[in-house]
Amino acid sequence: MPDFISAGALIQGSYLLTAILFIMGLKRMSSPVTARSGIVWAGAGMLLAVLVTFLYPDMTNYPLIIAAIVVGSLLAWWSGKRVAMTDMPQMIALYNGMGGGAAAAIAAVELYKGGEHGLVTMVLAVVGGLIGAVSFSGSAIAFGKLQGLIKRSYRFGGQQVFNLLLLVGALVLGGMVALHFNASTAVITGFFAVALLLGLTMTLPIGGADMPVVISLYNALTGLAVAFEGFVLGNAAMIIAGTVVGSAGTLLTQLMAKAMNRSLGNVLFAGFGDTGGAASGEVAGSMKPIDAADVGVMMAFASKVIIVPGYGMAVAQAQHKVWELTQLLIDRGVTVKFAIHPVAGRMPGHMNVLLAEAGVPYDLIADLDEINAEFETADVALVIGANDVVNPVARNDKSSPIYGMPILNADKAKNCIVVKRGQGAGFSGIENALFYLDNTRMLYGDGQKAVAELIGAVKAIG
Amino acid sequence: MTGIVALYIFMLAAFTGYEVIARVPVILHTPLMSGSNFVHGIVLVGAMVALGAAVTPLEKAIGFVGVLLAAGNAVGGYVVTERMLEMFKSSGAKRSGSKGAH
Repeated sequence: MPDFISAGALIQGSYLLTAILFIMGLKRMSSPVTARSGIVWAGAGMLLAVLVTFLYPDMTNYPLIIAAIVVGSLLAWWSGKRVAMTDMPQMIALYNGMGGGAAAAIAAVELYKGGEHGLVTMVLAVVGGLIGAVSFSGSAIAFGKLQGLIKRSYRFGGQQVFNLLLLVGALVLGGMVALHFNASTAVITGFFAVALLLGLTMTLPIGGADMPVVISLYNALTGLAVAFEGFVLGNAAMIIAGTVVGSAGTLLTQLMAKAMNRSLGNVLFAGFGDTGGAASGEVAGSMKPIDAADVGVMMAFASKVIIVPGYGMAVAQAQHKVWELTQLLIDRGVTVKFAIHPVAGRMPGHMNVLLAEAGVPYDLIADLDEINAEFETADVALVIGANDVVNPVARNDKSSPIYGMPILNADKAKNCIVVKRGQGAGFSGIENALFYLDNTRMLYGDGQKAVAELIGAVKAIG
Repeated sequence: MTGIVALYIFMLAAFTGYEVIARVPVILHTPLMSGSNFVHGIVLVGAMVALGAAVTPLEKAIGFVGVLLAAGNAVGGYVVTERMLEMFKSSGAKRSGSKGAH
């Protein structure tokens, strides 16, 4: 049938073009200048792939397919347009989990259908289904934790042994199916049930602070699951796109774990805070308060100010005020830079998104490696809503749970001003030695209000 | 597709993914994770094929859920990535002149 051959060639050619557009798109996303066009390129590739897939020979159920696409797209479009920038990490977790669930669903349909597949195909279908199901339920938990729906981390004795048993159980059931030993509906259903449960019990004990690493890991896992199911379906676009995401996601996960000074195994298998606990360590000295007016003078006549924003700034919705203050200072001839820790915010780069939303140009923003040497030449380091990432104990106190984590050297600035709601420890519960240093002053108050006062103080100087 | 060809594709794609991401600055990590999240939304294509070949009610139901989830992954991933990247601007584009004041 020449008709069928040309449709097949059209589909394969379009998938190839899609793969090229994806890779070029991701490449363009690697520079802020071209990033916007990168997602548009990738989007065009996706649209092309979906459209030609309708030409697949012997397809049925078109009304169901179209209905599912329309409903899924509308829900995702609506939620994606509404979500606040501060809530972006859990939204990405949610969409990622959906991709994992879809990969598991493909595996399920193929396995329930049975038929004569080779051993490699069956094994990849089962493994892809397992990974996809774990990513699906695990991402749902990650979403729940970041959204504040799940408040505590559930742990019990022997949890890791229990998880290991679940994994073994899933592998045994999956093996029975893959080896055609027993591919009954009950066994297949049991396999997916155990895999989904494993995703839940793996993710529940992990603390909220570690969620960025977990989301990144599940992103990579979903990519792998998609690649494996792509092999089962003989779909090159899925293999390429899934594998690219799998390896890119693995790299991102490593970068993130490194920035938090934790190994991936440590994040997955040890709860944060279990090691340190109450051993917060006594810090000598006292916190010294300061007025906004004094800080205003200090910054207005400084030659260089470095602002260290943390997630607390975003929670207080202070980023727009911070940018207003920055513009005032720049107009006075002050050099202002933003120093971003890799794990500031809820995800690497999340703080950059929040600052970009407020209108801060990206060339004023520096990351840890670029900026750390500059703190010594800064007159003022203004710390807003950041805590652990500027805690000098990470450098010198071996007993601290955050010892060894790379930090921003705000303590090296001539003056360090910390905007803080009140006294007391931060998110991790670790006492911050920075607050007690001789060159540190505390500006107490709500982030947004405090910065508004600073703006008033700088304006008053004229 | 034979296994060895698939293995070649797998290996080359893995290196490509690693190399493309290795040069990305930290400031773009969140949009990039979101962007790669969008890219694995290609699973939609596979879910469509699976549902298109589904016969029993069980297969159809699972296939339907699969396509629905995959469409959510693709569309949601695109919308949030595009929203984030749209905001990244340089000082040249935003406030011409003021940056050279110091």
